[in-house]
Amino acid sequence: MANPPIAMLAELTHRCPLSCPYCSNPVELTARDTELSTAEWVSVFQQAADLGVLQLHLSGGEPASRRDLEELVKAARDAGLYTNLITSGIGLTEKRLAALDAAGLDHIQLSLQGTDAEMADRIGGYKGGFARKMQVAQWIAAIGFPLTLNFVMHRGNMHQLPRAIDMAQEMGARRIEVATVQFHGWAMLNRGALMPDRAQAREASRIVAEARAALKGRLVIDYVPADYHADYPKTCMGGWATTGLNVAPDGLVLPCHAAQTIKTLTFDTVRTRPLAEIWHEGAAFNAFRGTDWMQEPCRSCERKTIDFGGCRCQAMAIAGDPAATDPVCVKSPHHARMRALAEDFAGQSDADLTWRVMEKTSE
Amino acid sequence: MTPDAIPHLPRGVRLHYDRVRQDWVLLAPERAVRLDPIGHAILSRVDGVQSFGALTADLAATFNAPLDDVARDSAEFLAGLAERRFLEVR
Repeated sequence: MANPPIAMLAELTHRCPLSCPYCSNPVELTARDTELSTAEWVSVFQQAADLGVLQLHLSGGEPASRRDLEELVKAARDAGLYTNLITSGIGLTEKRLAALDAAGLDHIQLSLQGTDAEMADRIGGYKGGFARKMQVAQWIAAIGFPLTLNFVMHRGNMHQLPRAIDMAQEMGARRIEVATVQFHGWAMLNRGALMPDRAQAREASRIVAEARAALKGRLVIDYVPADYHADYPKTCMGGWATTGLNVAPDGLVLPCHAAQTIKTLTFDTVRTRPLAEIWHEGAAFNAFRGTDWMQEPCRSCERKTIDFGGCRCQAMAIAGDPAATDPVCVKSPHHARMRALAEDFAGQSDADLTWRVMEKTSE
Repeated sequence: MTPDAIPHLPRGVRLHYDRVRQDWVLLAPERAVRLDPIGHAILSRVDGVQSFGALTADLAATFNAPLDDVARDSAEFLAGLAERRFLEVR
């Protein structure tokens, strides 16, 4: 039997006031009227804790778009879960933050689309969003919530990285996550506008390494480098179905947030099947668990239990086969094409952005 | 870490008994650190009141171990946590 998961990402809703062009939600968004109810989420949290989940990430969309967020946090804490709110800050008020504090919220991860209003509001597609976020950061600090600032980085805002690191310190954050956009979901539509070039990607890595040394013990920096320019793939999800799971707004249980791009997989929902059974026996979870599913060059590779062949969704997207080696890998027969793609996208200086939109009828 | 330093777990970092895996973990922002019995013995004495000197003396007495060894190992363990912002010292 598989080890139980450590972490669960609960995508409470796909609704969001922002429309970031790299949103990790699927391009086909889930409508409000199909979202799990409060009681259904509470049951999922209890089942997750019973299964062995320790860390609960409350995300979306914008989780604050759920009016029952405070109630959900309390239920998650009562279930014994560590509760992390992943938010843009929009929709949080001083009063709601106080209620979240009372409910036992453990930690907040605040997203940053840019280090000034011009950049942040353009990327987020929401005028006034940056000013509001800065206000929310002050309220978070006043209450004393531990804070992680999450700077989502791409070709258009990479030059703002040093300022983002300064901002994290000014906000009193203990951590900053410097996350280069991963190309799934909406970001796939925007590779031409968002892909950093190699020199930029290297410069970001240099800045991170320097800041890590200079800020040791004061600010922890988690870094997600520009994957398309790497030689070895990321250890996606820490290995498929080993560590974490996602629950979509309508209750579908996914091994990762982009798993629905693999059309050959079938997914179960918490509405009809217990979470533990889905984790251990669900077809999508067992599809790429362990190493038996691997092809060459993964099968005989000494790194196969280090990176587990990389990202299944990226293998699907670039190689057309979810069981192929992640084309980021130098050993992949698609690696040269991947590199050429990265350079081509990075060079599309006039590419337009496609912002995330939700069908009006589904709001 | 000096004997009169007082370590504490900051808000958002807490000891948790993992009833599924039947062992202790330190829960922190987006991290869960599995604790061996020694790590747990140290952290269960980190209460924001006891000094480092007092808690290592207690550990040495409890486990019948040389104080110098206990102090050295505990300092190293706690410094590792402090570097990750999982521990603060007054």
